[in-house]
Amino acid sequence: MQRSEILKNIKEKFKDDIGEVFDKSEKRVYIDIKPESLTKIAGYIFKNLGARFNIASGVDLRYHMEILYHFTIEDINLLISLRVKLQKPNLQIDSLTSCFKGSDWIEREIHELLGIDFKGHPDLRRLLLSDDWPEGVYPLRCDYKEWDKNAIRDRGV
Amino acid sequence: MARTIVPIGPYHPLQEEPEFFSLTVEGEKIVDIDVQIGYNHRGIEKLSELKTFDKSTYVIERICGICSTSHPFAYTRAVEDIIPMEVPERAKYIRTVIAEGERIHSHMLWLGLAGHFLGYNTVYMWAWKLREEILDVMEILSGNRNNYAMFKPGGVRRDIKSEDIKPALDKVASIVPTLKMLLKAVEDDPVIHARTKGIGILTKEESISYCALGPTSRASGVARDVRKDAPYAAYDKTEWDMIVRSNGDVFDKVVVRILEMLESAKIMKNCLENLPQGEIDAKIKDIPSGEGIGAHEAPRGEVFHYVRSDGTNRPVRHKVRAPTFMNLPTYKATVVGETISDATIILAAIDPCYCCTERMSVRNIKGKKIYSGEDLIRLSQEKTEKIRGNYKKQI
Repeated sequence: MQRSEILKNIKEKFKDDIGEVFDKSEKRVYIDIKPESLTKIAGYIFKNLGARFNIASGVDLRYHMEILYHFTIEDINLLISLRVKLQKPNLQIDSLTSCFKGSDWIEREIHELLGIDFKGHPDLRRLLLSDDWPEGVYPLRCDYKEWDKNAIRDRGV
Repeated sequence: MARTIVPIGPYHPLQEEPEFFSLTVEGEKIVDIDVQIGYNHRGIEKLSELKTFDKSTYVIERICGICSTSHPFAYTRAVEDIIPMEVPERAKYIRTVIAEGERIHSHMLWLGLAGHFLGYNTVYMWAWKLREEILDVMEILSGNRNNYAMFKPGGVRRDIKSEDIKPALDKVASIVPTLKMLLKAVEDDPVIHARTKGIGILTKEESISYCALGPTSRASGVARDVRKDAPYAAYDKTEWDMIVRSNGDVFDKVVVRILEMLESAKIMKNCLENLPQGEIDAKIKDIPSGEGIGAHEAPRGEVFHYVRSDGTNRPVRHKVRAPTFMNLPTYKATVVGETISDATIILAAIDPCYCCTERMSVRNIKGKKIYSGEDLIRLSQEKTEKIRGNYKKQI
């Protein structure tokens, strides 16, 4: 399938689930989707279009959180990024682990660093943070504050 | 049969980096495995958000000592994707040469370690001796054996001098026969066969489900290589083949890596011979607001960087995804059902790199003594003197 055909198919098949489609360049496309339809669309891209899941990246944008799910369709060199916006304080989204195993670790990471809850994830343990890190403190959030006065940090300039 | 848990790590003589595996065994057979990482967690994603786009390149380069080209390569491509722009032709070739040199030395390092894990130290000695040659090439080209600091958004920082090309080419040519010998030695060696063939198989379906990358996926028959799928730099301008094997066992992973080194030598030779003239830096003035994604095929698989800019001189978000992050979870599919003696080589077969995987960290010191740089140098010198003293006494 060609690039235009793939995009047309996605737009037709999920016309109620997707918002803006930003065609950045020949190789990149960003699609805004509704959080509740993530598993449906991601499953379609992964299984039917044969895409590879690159990674998800979460970012805190003060009033809402955003997760980008990056998929690459290797045959036609197209990177599709599904953009999900989660309004605070309702930070919940379905886990993709039932669809493919590659999303296991990254969901654990986003869970501990940004505090987003992945519904249906089999094992939401901590991945990187240490055991003495307090509950409910998320280091990559905008409002993150120093919680340990004795800690040494390189602040960078 | 009663189940026992065998811990490996987090600090273990066999491991170069801290990681903790707990193997649940029945007799000698592994029935379950769990891994715990995070012992090496360094805060680089957060740190990068506090630095300017140019300075971030240096931080990113220090994510990993072995992938010291891969991360800046992906990062600079991500920044260039925000603008978007193309780097000058000569810079593309120089980037390719450095990246391929890194692939050879990284695979060589892994091959040595794999030999070491098998208890076959001859392979270890040979591979690391050979690795010196390619490190010399890198020193000729960039001035450093590691951490080349050649990358910057928009191009490269240093040019390759025309008088350096000949010695570098000679050195690259000189390692090819030894590589071929090594390939033959591995293919014919009964010990390596016995220890690696049919061990730790990752099937094609599992590889796709785990989204495995690089040699790990290519050994399982998944033809996946960013250099071919989404050509960048000078990869579409030189002739080379993607190496794919179908068995998915440790042996195939060894063979894929050795054959890849030969391909890399070919790419290096082609690029150095056909190095175009011209600028090496596009001199970026402003980075507009927007998002950029950069990927590069590192020795272990695709490195993926996502950079978001708000129009200032610092990234708002910088996501780093190292290949081991995707490859390591495949241990569940490969280790379970094998015997405990094979666990180490199977776990090592993906060429794990924990310092890449654990980019971000916050350390809690809690009133312990903090050593400065000078303290550490003094400590290491004292230790050397101590060893030297003991050594003298022995003779």
